[in-house]
Amino acid sequence: MSEHAVAAPAFRVERWTWVSVAFTGGLTGLVALLALGPVLLSENSQNNLIQLYFLVTLAVMWNALAGYGGLVSVGQQGFIGIGAYGAVFFSLQHSLNPYLSMLIATLIGGVVAIPVALVVLWLRSGAFAIATWVIAESFAILVSLDPNPAIGGGTGTSAILPFNLRYTPEQRLHYTYWAALGTVAVLLVLLFALLRSRVGGSLQAIRDDEDAAASVGVRVLLGKGILFVIAGAGCAAAGAIILAWQLSILPLGPDSIFGINWTAKMIFMVLVGGIGTFEGPIIGAIALYVLQTYGPNGGVWYFVLLGGIAIGFALLLPRGIWGTIQERFDVRLLPVGYRLRQIGGAR
Amino acid sequence: MTWVSAIVHGILLGGVYALLASGLALMFGVMRIINLAHGSLALVGAYMSFLITEHLGISPYLSLAIVLPGALIVGYALQRTVLERSLRAGPLVPLLTTFGLLIVIANLLQYFFSPDVHSLDEGSIGLKAISVSNELAIPWFDVLTFGVAVVVLVGLQLVLRYTQVGRELRATAEDADTAELVGINARAVYARATAVAVATAALAGVFYGMRSGFDPNAGASELLYAFEAVVIGGMGSLWGTLVGGVVLGVAQLVGAQINNEYFALSGHLVFLVVLVARTALGVRGVGFRIRFVRRSVA
Amino acid sequence: MKPLLSVDELDVRHGLLQAVRQVSFEVGEGETLALVGANGAGKTTLLRAIAGAHRPAGGRIRFDGRDITTLAAHRRVRRGIALVPEGRRLFPGLTVEENLRVAAGAGRDGAWDLERVLEVFPLLAPLRRTRAASLSGGEQQATAIGRALMTNPRLLLLDEVSLGLAPVVVERVYESIAGLLEGGVAILLVEQDLARAMRVADRVVCMLEGRIVLEGSRGELTREQVTDAYFGLGRAEATA
Repeated sequence: MSEHAVAAPAFRVERWTWVSVAFTGGLTGLVALLALGPVLLSENSQNNLIQLYFLVTLAVMWNALAGYGGLVSVGQQGFIGIGAYGAVFFSLQHSLNPYLSMLIATLIGGVVAIPVALVVLWLRSGAFAIATWVIAESFAILVSLDPNPAIGGGTGTSAILPFNLRYTPEQRLHYTYWAALGTVAVLLVLLFALLRSRVGGSLQAIRDDEDAAASVGVRVLLGKGILFVIAGAGCAAAGAIILAWQLSILPLGPDSIFGINWTAKMIFMVLVGGIGTFEGPIIGAIALYVLQTYGPNGGVWYFVLLGGIAIGFALLLPRGIWGTIQERFDVRLLPVGYRLRQIGGAR
Repeated sequence: MTWVSAIVHGILLGGVYALLASGLALMFGVMRIINLAHGSLALVGAYMSFLITEHLGISPYLSLAIVLPGALIVGYALQRTVLERSLRAGPLVPLLTTFGLLIVIANLLQYFFSPDVHSLDEGSIGLKAISVSNELAIPWFDVLTFGVAVVVLVGLQLVLRYTQVGRELRATAEDADTAELVGINARAVYARATAVAVATAALAGVFYGMRSGFDPNAGASELLYAFEAVVIGGMGSLWGTLVGGVVLGVAQLVGAQINNEYFALSGHLVFLVVLVARTALGVRGVGFRIRFVRRSVA
Repeated sequence: MKPLLSVDELDVRHGLLQAVRQVSFEVGEGETLALVGANGAGKTTLLRAIAGAHRPAGGRIRFDGRDITTLAAHRRVRRGIALVPEGRRLFPGLTVEENLRVAAGAGRDGAWDLERVLEVFPLLAPLRRTRAASLSGGEQQATAIGRALMTNPRLLLLDEVSLGLAPVVVERVYESIAGLLEGGVAILLVEQDLARAMRVADRVVCMLEGRIVLEGSRGELTREQVTDAYFGLGRAEATA
């Protein structure tokens, strides 16, 4: 027998590295600073930032589904529409405060996600994608057929009235800004807490290898269900913000509130930023925002560029900007996940 | 339209969907790729046919002689360049790249052809119909389209079942790794499948263009209907695609019979019902070959 | 005599694991070489690397004098290498006949065709139209070997043909390929049954933890030597 006694290297499990502590602290500080936006920034900047906030919301939600749950949904726009129309409905029909309506609409989004999940979660990825798209289309058609004048049917509706009755345009801008920032912050914290919890661990296991996860008892469907409901509520929240921001909405057409273009944007943001990472979608949203603000102004070339960049990333940088950085430099800014540190060893 | 008329036209409409969906089913059956750009490629076929008929003065049917080989080449190239890499990058990636392609193609078409509606001329057959009764007249063109769909599906099925190319395709679809180990060039097999799929898409696009007008954003709905047909029929099953198309077409037109606005919605409803029922019953799908598992005597 | 197959300092990784370490050996024309070793010794990975299913991290593979280290698997089949994979890996939806025919497309000329395969494995004749998924273990193994033969190989790689089969069935499989074992095809076979391996092979190579620890021809080696090497007994150096 060999005489060597091989000493097993000792390892220490770390969650918070100094980098992640610094970054999390910095991020919290940034949010606090941004909250002062209405005081410090111009109207134009606030307007733009609202856009950035709801883009981040959408990107983070889509990434939660696809990156952590392996669920490629082509129908999240259904929930965006629910959020927007829900907000209009409660503020117009029931004369509730528009921001309260937005909150209710968000909750409705989460609630509607439950029966939808029961229908689609059992499907394999191809059928799942198509089914989510069909459901979103169905919502859009139902809304367009609704005779209720508050909904406005095929010609759409607007929230101008409920807002203008209570707030000046400046107030609407400020409150919407805070609502948007708050939404992003709450969802990020929620997701962060989820990923660090036991459910989160099982979600990452599902992402890495679903069959293996199931074989060690991970409740795969439950994890996916939770993600789906959160994404439903999150996209509805984004839809409500979008309504408060642009005021008028239409139900049908690729550019509508129920339009497939929202999914195009979500896919772009998540792909470019880095699918399955926590920081990735934020970066992707910033990238899209930059493209929107400084790139060709809407229309054909904007979308050609959008699609082309998405394809390029899918082929050349499939892990996205952040995913590639993370892999290359082994950086983790936010403490989701674990690092194995060898005691007494390098690294 | 009476109910009978709705059903008959629904069946024929199913043929249109099946023709468009056959390529989708092929790509999914062989490579597990959901090609979201399939409808866009069909539209490109229609536009190419339009260009050819405009400049050469020939009928759309004859234009197929140019459009189809072109589509085969485009499909082959598409697989070797974009889709192959997407497949390797991960199971979700092809969904993302084909989505990007959808967006790019739709917008490029808009740029080159303007948002105006174009159409292709189906010729004199468009005026003829079988007069079954006072309320039911079956347009010959619709019958032709259905016939073409059946021919394509039968043709694909025959190739898959009886030719070496088909055997290689089925083997690669089941186990690409082992297929390579018995001498099959899996990448070439995939490229052939995509080539055929794009060619069927172009064919469907030309017939669609003859059937109704088209603009760069057309086909978005039809694409969704084609996908519904594939899913209803059991993904990857060719005959299932025809069954799925017919089920969908009938559902849509019967729904429209109740109320014009319910056309798409009734299709979606039936789609969802079929999915839920199938999941609940654990059935794989219409059109799947029933396998006789015989314990052979060893 | 130039060897048919020449493996030179081959390193193959399997995921994060180094499965094959610095392996070098040769197989001559018509020779039968048995590869033995415990589970996890790297035998299957080695065979797959030779067949082209696995890219080596280092080293060279030469077949018929030409370097095939980076050659695609389906091209190697065309040059004359055929693998019967561990676990058979038949195409489950295809019938026996289709499984055999699909391999004929490799385009190599030779004695093997559908009729000849069915002669060698007469148990398959009545099963021509049966789907591979419905076959018993022994029938599957016969089909898998037949499928490899349809490519008219010069080098046949057999990975654990006895795996999961009853001894009677294994006996019959080896009987069927007795002619092969004596014939002109070079065979590299992985076999758990040491006694059988030493009976059928001209030479035996024993692997342990990815390395070759013993090599010799049938007459040279005793059962004890091979068994010791198999279990890693009596080695001079300690593991790294």
